[in-house]
Amino acid sequence: MKLEILSLLEKNSRMTDAEMATILAADAGAVASAVHELEADGVIRGYNALIDWEKFGQEMVTAYIEVRVTPQRGQGFDKVAERIYQFPQVQACNLMSGGFDLFVVVEGRTMKEVALFVAEKLAPIDSVLSTATHFVLRKYKDRGVLFGQQHKDEREAVVL
Amino acid sequence: MNLKDMLRRNVVDTPPSGIRKYFDLINEMKDAISLGIGEPDFETPWSVREEGIWSLEKGKTHYSSNAGSVELRQEICRYLKSRFSLQYDPVHEVLVTVGGSEAIDLALRVLVGPGDEVLIPEPCYVAYKGCTLFTGATPVPIPLKAENRFRLQPEELLAAITPRTKVLLLGYPNNPTGATMDREDYVRLVDVLKDRDIIVISDEIYAELLYQGKHASLAEFPEMRDRTVLVSGFSKTFAMTGWRIGYVCCHPDLMEQMKKIHQFAIMCSPTTAQYAAVEALKNGRPDVERMVAEYNRRRRLMVDGFRKVGLDCFEPYGAFYVFPDVRKSGLNSDQFCERLLLEEKVLMVPGTAFGDCGEGFARATYATSLENIREALFRIGRFMEKMLG
Ligand SMILES: Cc1ncc(COP(=O)(O)O)c(C=O)c1O
Repeated sequence: MKLEILSLLEKNSRMTDAEMATILAADAGAVASAVHELEADGVIRGYNALIDWEKFGQEMVTAYIEVRVTPQRGQGFDKVAERIYQFPQVQACNLMSGGFDLFVVVEGRTMKEVALFVAEKLAPIDSVLSTATHFVLRKYKDRGVLFGQQHKDEREAVVL
Repeated sequence: MNLKDMLRRNVVDTPPSGIRKYFDLINEMKDAISLGIGEPDFETPWSVREEGIWSLEKGKTHYSSNAGSVELRQEICRYLKSRFSLQYDPVHEVLVTVGGSEAIDLALRVLVGPGDEVLIPEPCYVAYKGCTLFTGATPVPIPLKAENRFRLQPEELLAAITPRTKVLLLGYPNNPTGATMDREDYVRLVDVLKDRDIIVISDEIYAELLYQGKHASLAEFPEMRDRTVLVSGFSKTFAMTGWRIGYVCCHPDLMEQMKKIHQFAIMCSPTTAQYAAVEALKNGRPDVERMVAEYNRRRRLMVDGFRKVGLDCFEPYGAFYVFPDVRKSGLNSDQFCERLLLEEKVLMVPGTAFGDCGEGFARATYATSLENIREALFRIGRFMEKMLG
């Protein structure tokens, strides 16, 4: 049941325990306690809204930054990663396989703000060898949801 | 010349689908929620669409063989065997049609004509009666009961049979009730049917949209196999309504004649759709499971919602319809649906569109988003409060 609860909440975190219980043909109390456990165990890390800032009229830029670093003795990449992800501007930070090491997602209000962050905070870190910054120009789909035009039901009224 | 005098009487006299008038109303409304459309809201799985596109890019734009491409017919047989343990020969017993719709029409056309009776358990899909009337045969409705969860009972069948009965037209899982028939239900029908000269046309287009138990078919009974015409297709299972592709399976003696009509009247089913359908059967299973899981969630929300606002309904185990009893509102089917649409902008279809015995009921489909269902139920609740005073 937990798996199903997670898949429902992942799509719509505002769904109530009672509604989930109905949808999953489960006991409402059991759903509530399962959700509680998932929160307590840290499986559910938070609930947030997926916002189309552009639509709201708020300027917001996202940059994907490839970072190459020298791993440190005894600590591998963890220590550098930690130095990087502490910055509130950093939305995500992942260790990658392939041509670079860390993939960092940074959000800011303007390109300049993000570029300055990279130049002044990220690049100067001791073990950082190089950075390559890619700005998002248009968001088509994020976390499974299409951005841009709203989906419209175009089914024709037929006779069946 | 008066053109109207040139027309065949039985075509002119067949009424158009009763659903139409509501759709005309809703088209002019803003913020209306339709629980009226009987087709998947999902788009065809991407890999299936992609296969169709690929076939076009490759220039596969010609006719296929009349009965449908060999590969598709083989895949259909493989699928029917592995999913439902039904065995058909791809060469002599399968025909790829323009939707299940064409299959129903073909089967009726080769079997019945003036003087013959076609038993049609109701409420049922709107085309059964119309297609029967076009052949000149007489549709004989068998009114099913809500207390039997709209399953056909052997007594009901027996009582409707006359010396002129030639065909029984069954559709389970059912549109509009969502009713299903278990193997045990069929066992009791087989007793009635096996020694009579009656052919069963079994419309199993919703076989995959099943939320409880295992799909059963009359064709799986050895004594019924050769007297059953199995109709199915891709529209509902794979969300492929617009591709217009389905199929029919039956004994070669019947098939030969159906093929002949198909050959002259249709040539072959759309080739692009045939390529896409092969992909659907080969690799579409995870997509079907995903859609069925989602329908099931919506189904539970909808059934629960109707019951909470005082509209009784039995729990439907198939298709994507709920068929609540709306009599508590103090209105008949037509009034209920009309007022619900005008006052709350929610479209349901009156049960009477699916046969006279649908009076007192209305059909709602959950082939729409959870958000829509939630909002529609809220509005229906408000409407019911008003009705109950
Ligand atoms: C019971 C039933 N049979 C057959 C059909 C026809 O489906 P298609 O011609 O798209 O295969 C429908 C469509 O709504 C249906 O509900």
